[in-house]
Amino acid sequence: MATQKERDQVTGTETTGHEWDGIKELNTPLPRWWLGIFYACIVWSIGYWIVMPAWPMIHSYTTGVLNHSQRDDVAAALKALRDARAAKEHELDGATLEQILKNADLQQFAMAEGKAAFGDNCTPCHGSGGQGGHGYPNLNDDVWLWGGTLEDIQRTITVGVRSTSPETRSSQMPAFGRDGLLKPEQIDDLTEYVVHLSRRTADAKAVARATKLFAENCSSCHSNAGKGDRQYGAPNLTDNEWLYGPTREDIHEQIWSGRGGVMPTWGGRLSPETIKALAVYVHSFGGGE
Amino acid sequence: MHTVISARDTAPMAAEGVARSDAEASNSAANRKFYKARVPIYPKMVQGRYRRIKWIVMAITMAIYYLVPWIRWDRGPFSPHQAVLVDMTHERFYFFFIEIWPQEVYYVTGLLIMAAVGLFLASALFGRLWCGYACPQTVWTDLFIFVENLIEGDRSARIRLAKESWGSSKIAKRVSKHATWLIIAVATGGAWVFYFTDAPTLAHDLAHGTAPIGVYAFMALLTFTTYSLGGLMREQVCTYMCPWPRIQGAMMDNEALSVTYRADRGEPRGPHKKGDSWQGRGSCIDCNQCVAACPMGIDIRDGAQLECINCGLCIDACDEVMLKIGQPLRLIAYDTDANVARRARGERARFRLIRPRTILYSVVLVIVGSLMMFGLSTRRTIDLDVLRDRNPNFVTLADGSVRNGYTLKVMNRADQGRDFWLTIRGIQPRAVNLIGVGNVSLPAKLAVGPDKVRTLRVLLTVAPHDWQNSHQRILFSVADAEHHETRTVRAVFVSGDPR
Repeated sequence: MATQKERDQVTGTETTGHEWDGIKELNTPLPRWWLGIFYACIVWSIGYWIVMPAWPMIHSYTTGVLNHSQRDDVAAALKALRDARAAKEHELDGATLEQILKNADLQQFAMAEGKAAFGDNCTPCHGSGGQGGHGYPNLNDDVWLWGGTLEDIQRTITVGVRSTSPETRSSQMPAFGRDGLLKPEQIDDLTEYVVHLSRRTADAKAVARATKLFAENCSSCHSNAGKGDRQYGAPNLTDNEWLYGPTREDIHEQIWSGRGGVMPTWGGRLSPETIKALAVYVHSFGGGE
Repeated sequence: MHTVISARDTAPMAAEGVARSDAEASNSAANRKFYKARVPIYPKMVQGRYRRIKWIVMAITMAIYYLVPWIRWDRGPFSPHQAVLVDMTHERFYFFFIEIWPQEVYYVTGLLIMAAVGLFLASALFGRLWCGYACPQTVWTDLFIFVENLIEGDRSARIRLAKESWGSSKIAKRVSKHATWLIIAVATGGAWVFYFTDAPTLAHDLAHGTAPIGVYAFMALLTFTTYSLGGLMREQVCTYMCPWPRIQGAMMDNEALSVTYRADRGEPRGPHKKGDSWQGRGSCIDCNQCVAACPMGIDIRDGAQLECINCGLCIDACDEVMLKIGQPLRLIAYDTDANVARRARGERARFRLIRPRTILYSVVLVIVGSLMMFGLSTRRTIDLDVLRDRNPNFVTLADGSVRNGYTLKVMNRADQGRDFWLTIRGIQPRAVNLIGVGNVSLPAKLAVGPDKVRTLRVLLTVAPHDWQNSHQRILFSVADAEHHETRTVRAVFVSGDPR
């Protein structure tokens, strides 16, 4: 232990007297302001233990004088949010879809709620812009299997398609090929017929052969002219929109196996107001009727 | 404020009637040490021409700072009546007759370029005028030193006080000094917030304690910065924090005016005894008064240096001494390095204000200024943004038509609501649907409120025979009712061309 304080020649700073291989440690203590804050923090933390939840126990924890809980805060914040929305939700509940469209304020509310609900529930299949995809309907266009009015959309969302709801919208196209209802060459002819329906060039002989086949097997749902029927969810075969693709292969595959998608029922999962808001939002994509 | 240079009995004399100050240039680069704490600087109060100019500039700049938010400007019933206002909430910047929207931030860019080039020009002509007189750091530090001088006395008294042990008198002086500083700091932060909200309303709210929390937060922040930068850190801000001292090295040349010790006249320096001849020696009696007066803690006789803010206080200090010893004034003066060299060679000193770089800076300044004036005088009061939907990119309809969606932002920068007419060229849409309005025929009338943006979604449906290619250029136009102003924006109609 050095009895006298030694100063480093280069820096003029005191050394601690510790030396390693001729290098002496400079005595540069922590700045006083830093230490001051450090001690203040210690004092503060003691107060914190008393006031706030701090120490874990075996089955619980010390709750502190304030009995503060972030979990309660979240619950309270959510409740406050629900209360803030309650009036508008109530208004939405009471209004018909037509009234919502006429009331700019209510429409804006419905659009905002619909957008959030769409993003949470619908985008996995229909896409974030409602553009759909192979086997998933595009909600932007003017082609609707089950109708494109506000009421139709609301109903489709509520009951779903081929869903578990007893009231579900449902249609089942037979798998003409897979189940052996028609012969492969008949399906080839029908494919040409459907191509012909959508005003594309098709093998005239095959079309002539398939006319009777179509009337017997398809027209009950798709109508004689092939325009489809929304009552049965049967698509219009004369337009340019194809859920499972427009090529001959796509059409052939559809007649062969009769594919149909499933949309879950949202009634009971989403509140009636949210479904209304969703209907308004989807309707606003541009294809609404 | 007593500025008598008195010869104390014990003090060494530099010349008859002039005491030698023991001031040291503690902040000059040569004397700063890595490991050493800052040596406090106690600038001595001086009187003279430059001190006077500094008082006047301080009064003017402070008046501008405190009064500008209170100037009113009539902009009609729908806009605020504050001449200078940065309205964050409504995203507007008002400056007298100018109103800038966030989309026009290039005007602010132009203003900043002008400020920078103006600073370059001023530096090339007159040196660091900004640093010495107009910079807020200088003005507020000057004010803080003035307060310190008022409460604790001049340089020697302040040094004595610092060395004194803590007693009631020292505590009283220190407390009142810091309290006054804090009051100034609060007033500084308090004035800043008025630039961002309607000043009379905010003043009322502040008086009643009902102003928004953000206002108090900003006041607290600026109080802290004013107090610490102006009161505690002072010259360290200029020496360590500010980039300008570094930049100005490139901006100045040896023809730029700067506070200069005329070594040709002053050297060789040394104390002067009464009766001695002035022949064969310089006018500098090495009294160190220039060092004592320097707020930056440097010795101007070391030549031009980064730390010098060119405030001219050493000129005043030296002139007082020169007057006393009967030597010509301006041993330290606004001069150029080139002139010092010229005099040393026996040539005549002259000031070359017109030099390539000053011409260049002036030309740039005039060009940018003219562009700004042109832009502002021909500024549109109507504007349009078009954002094409990309999700989905386009929609094919049952009959083969294709629909594209666009979000239009129609901006009305006038003080009253107006009706605009929307037209679309370059394509013949089968239907134009404004979401929320319904199908419309072109030109479509759009009412936009005063100083407002109206956002509209437009759906264009085009039949297959009406487009030429998969990406067709189209034009959206909005015009006011009298067709004085039209704004046209290019967009594209995407069909994917499924024909």
